Amino acid sequence: MTKRDYSLLGDDARRAVDSGLAAAEWYHTDVPRKTMKALMTRSDQPAIRDTIILFGAMIALAGIGIALWPSWWSAPFWLAYGTLYGSAMDSRWHECSHGTAFKTRWMNDALYQIASFCMMRNATTWRWSHARHHSETYIVGRDPEIAVMRPPAFIKLVLNFVGVFDVAAALPRMVYNAFVGVHPEEKTFIPETEWPKVVRTARIYVAIYAATIGLAAWLGSLLPLMVIGLPRLYGAWHHVMTGLLQHGGLADNVVDHRLNSRTVIMNPISRFIYWNMNYHVEHHMFPMVPYHALPQLHETIKHDLPAANRSIAEAFAEMWPALVRQLRYEDFFIKRVLPDTAKPYREDFHAALAAE
Amino acid sequence: MPWIDACATDDIETEDLIRFDHAGRTFAIYRSPEDTFFCTDGLCTHEHVHLEDGLVQDFEIECPKHNATFDYRTGEALRAPACVNLKTYKTRVENGRVQIDI
Repeated sequence: MTKRDYSLLGDDARRAVDSGLAAAEWYHTDVPRKTMKALMTRSDQPAIRDTIILFGAMIALAGIGIALWPSWWSAPFWLAYGTLYGSAMDSRWHECSHGTAFKTRWMNDALYQIASFCMMRNATTWRWSHARHHSETYIVGRDPEIAVMRPPAFIKLVLNFVGVFDVAAALPRMVYNAFVGVHPEEKTFIPETEWPKVVRTARIYVAIYAATIGLAAWLGSLLPLMVIGLPRLYGAWHHVMTGLLQHGGLADNVVDHRLNSRTVIMNPISRFIYWNMNYHVEHHMFPMVPYHALPQLHETIKHDLPAANRSIAEAFAEMWPALVRQLRYEDFFIKRVLPDTAKPYREDFHAALAAE
Repeated sequence: MPWIDACATDDIETEDLIRFDHAGRTFAIYRSPEDTFFCTDGLCTHEHVHLEDGLVQDFEIECPKHNATFDYRTGEALRAPACVNLKTYKTRVENGRVQIDI
């Protein structure tokens, strides 16, 4: 059994580079150029519609929450507001980091900045970390966004449904970035020219949170923090629930997204909150395709992919026992069956890499 | 350097690109929405992914891997994760053929 070293400065990181795994070419399903061009076409309209709905709902829900505060009758409105703040903003952060949400760049950038702040993710740092996540998805020691490490830390997984560990990591890092500078691990994936932006972004975040905490203290009320900051905790559950399914229980150290990513068919509300990232194999294989075209991409390439899980519950029923098994057997992973119409996995290539 | 014959103008759709390899080097040749032709190095300056599967919108090329964006007329890097400009080359059209000066 292999003990994994997830540090970006550790032995597995060096091994991935030395073996060629870090620079290997990933598998792609063949899609005719004309079809792919149509799928990649950008549009402002779907994201403008969704953003108006999102911010409209957030303003209305927070307004009702404030009006009913401090009564417990405000709780369901805070829960709904928090889910949009602490979960829908995760998917907006993600899509806008790719620049695919809108056709117009400033719209992408504006929503990206807002969503990054809500998620307590430094907008500069996380743009680069996510680029690495796509270059080297679930390559141990190289991917800075591995959500479920082996052996899985179940307490951390469960507490993260209310954002505890994410926020506990984000806040000290924000303060470190603001007052000390870029962390050594971050320097492995952020170019030096971008370091001043990391510090500037962190200082802006610290100033906003300090002002919010100051206002709460002055009012003698949690209310300002119910609107800014705390929803990252009490509204995180949906993005953690869907995020775990992206790669949980599947292979690591492979160069085929069919082996390390999961597509799950979801209900329309979850798809709105998650902005269609349930089509996760498709997204990783073709990150140029905007969220609103992913269902069509799924139809185009599903003949070459393992069957999608049919619901969130079914996907959890597949993933959770695998995570439990990884407690004792770190090398265990779910290898899903490909349909007869698919090109096979590159077993020889992955076996050779594993033997390195 | 002499002009190098790269492709027919009809080989590239409007607002699209093709890959062109020559003498151990690889290039991207673009046809703009105005039916003018441009040429850059073929590999993204971020992680050296080929741009051939990327998206051409107006006068910009977007890398298919990380969505880095360049102005293919000037090579200017417009969007992270690219920080280094693409190298560009002169083009001309002779008798329905696109030629590049490399």
